Amino acid sequence: MAYIPHTEDDRRTMLKAVGVRSLDDLYQAVPAAVRFPDLDLPEAVSELEVMEELQALSEANLDARHTACFLGAGAYNHFVPSVVDHILLRGEFYTAYTPYQPEISQGTLQAIFEYQSLICNLTGMDVSNASHYDGATALAEAVILAFNHHRGKRTKVILSPGVHPHYRGTVRTYMQGMGLTLAGDEALGNDSAGLAGLLDADTMMVAVQYPDFFGRIEDFTALGKAAHAVGALLCVCVNPLALGLLKPPVEFDADVVVGDGQPLGIPMSFGGPSLGHFTVRKEFVRKMAGRLVGETVDSHGERGFVLTLSTREQHIKREKATSNICTNVALMALASAVYLSVMGKQGLRQVAELCYHKAHYAAEQIRGLKGYSVWNRGDFFHEFVVRCPRPVAEINRFLLEECDSLGGYDLGGDYPELKDHMLIAVTEMNSKEQIDDLVAGLKEVAHV
Amino acid sequence: MEFPKDLKYTASDEWVRLEGKTATVGVSDYAQSQLSDIVFVEVTAAVGETLDKGKAFASVESVKAASEIYMPVKGKIVAVNDALPGTPDVVNSDPYGKAWMIRMEVADPAEVAGLMDAAAYAKHCDERSH
Repeated sequence: MAYIPHTEDDRRTMLKAVGVRSLDDLYQAVPAAVRFPDLDLPEAVSELEVMEELQALSEANLDARHTACFLGAGAYNHFVPSVVDHILLRGEFYTAYTPYQPEISQGTLQAIFEYQSLICNLTGMDVSNASHYDGATALAEAVILAFNHHRGKRTKVILSPGVHPHYRGTVRTYMQGMGLTLAGDEALGNDSAGLAGLLDADTMMVAVQYPDFFGRIEDFTALGKAAHAVGALLCVCVNPLALGLLKPPVEFDADVVVGDGQPLGIPMSFGGPSLGHFTVRKEFVRKMAGRLVGETVDSHGERGFVLTLSTREQHIKREKATSNICTNVALMALASAVYLSVMGKQGLRQVAELCYHKAHYAAEQIRGLKGYSVWNRGDFFHEFVVRCPRPVAEINRFLLEECDSLGGYDLGGDYPELKDHMLIAVTEMNSKEQIDDLVAGLKEVAHV
Repeated sequence: MEFPKDLKYTASDEWVRLEGKTATVGVSDYAQSQLSDIVFVEVTAAVGETLDKGKAFASVESVKAASEIYMPVKGKIVAVNDALPGTPDVVNSDPYGKAWMIRMEVADPAEVAGLMDAAAYAKHCDERSH
C-alpha cells in the first residue's frame, strides 16, 4: 500500500484551483534540465563499506574531545557525566509522547516536574515552565509575555547590547508585524545606567543578560527598581551554570528569568538541540507560554503529576492564546534535571568556580602579552574579551594549525566596534596546559 | 437553573442589572454551569475605559475551557470587582451576586431595554441544550 493521501480526483481539483492542467504545467518554473536530472550515483556498497566511509567522514570533523576548545559565545564545552545519557536513552523517556494522559505518563510528568523545581531553585523564581527550544526563543516569549501583561498598550522593549546577538535577532524576528520598537542594543556603551535612561511609560520590558555576552557580571538591582518605577518588567537572561556561583536573579527583583540550558548536561552537538529555561514570578503564571506540570493527588490520595493550567495554551484557547508554543524539549529538560541532581549544589558550585578561576588565570596570562589587552572592566565569569594585534580569523587559523586549539569568537561581525576582538571562553574542561599552550600560541602569532 | 426576572440577558450569556444609568454585568447561571469549575477570572478592561457593545472586557477560564466575556451594551467602566481574581469559584456559587464583574455607565439605557428578558433568555438556553 502506498501512503499517498491524495486521490487522482483530489489532484485534479487542486490543479484546477490553481489554474493549471497537469503536474507538468505546475513544474514549468523549474528548468527541464534539473527537473529530473540523472543522479550520477555510485554502485551500491555493503553496510561494512558504508560504515567505513562514514567513520572516515566523522573523523575528519574537529571535535572538542580532541581539540582544546576556547570557543563559547552561547554554547559551552562542559563535562557531561555518563549517567545523563544512560537515563536519556531509556526507551520510557526516549520515545515518550506528549504526556496528555496522566494515567500513562507519570514518569515523564514527574521528570518535567523535577526539572521545573530544580530550575526554580537555581533562579529563585516562583514558577518554571516545562522549557522552550533554546535561550533565544525563551527570551522572545518573554517579550510576548510583557506585551500581553500590558494588554498590548506598551510598544517598547529595551534590550541590552550585552544580550547574545542571536537572541536579539530572534526577538526581532518574533516582533515582526507587531508594531513594536526595540531600543538600547544599538550602542555597545549602553550599560545599566544607560538602559535605565531609556525607560519610559511606553516601555513594556527591559532585558539584560547575566553574565552578559562578554562574560561581564553586573548587579541589576538598580535597573530593576527603575524599570518597576515606570511599570516595566525586568527580564534577566542567564547562564544557569553561572548561578552555581552568582547570586540568583530573583534578588534583582526580576519578573522573568530565561536562559539557555545547554551548559547543564547537554553536549554542544553542532549547535543543538538545546533547552530554553523560562521562569516567572507567580503573578505572571497565566501569561506564561508553554507547558506546565503540577503536583496533585489521585483518587486514592496518592501523590501524582498532571499538565496544569492548560487553558492558557493554544490547543484550548485557540486564537486568543498569547503564544503558539505548546511543546517543550522534554528530553533535554530531563538531561539537565539529571545533570543538576548528579552534580548537586556543591558540584555545580565547584564547576562554576573551576570555570571562573581558570578563565581568570587565562585572562591574567593574556593580559601580560605584548600587543594584547583584556577589554573587560570589572568582574567576569568564564568568558572575556581580548583585543588582538591581528585579525581574529588569522589568529584562529594559527591556533588551530600550530597549537591544536580552537580559538575564541570573532566579535567584529556582531559588533563593528570590536573588530580584532576575540571572545574567549574557559571551562572546567580546559587544563592548565591547554591554557598555557593558548597563551604561547597567542604570543607567537603576534609576531608571525 | 435560575434567571432572575429583574435582569436582562445577552445571547452570549452575560446578565445586566440596570439601576439608573449604571449597569452591573456578570455571567449567567447557564454560562457557569456550561463552563463547569471556574478557576480564573481576569477583568481586562480598566476603570475609565469606554468600550463598544460586543468588545471583550474579561476572560474566564474553567478546568475545560477559556472564554471571553463581552460588553452587553456600550458604556464607560466605572468599577471592576477586584475580589473576583482571588475567589473565581463564586462565579459558580453566586453568579448574580458576588460574581459581578464590572459596573458601567451605559451610553444609552434604551440599549439595555433591547436585551432579552428572563423568559426569552430561558428559552434561548433551553434551545441550545438540545
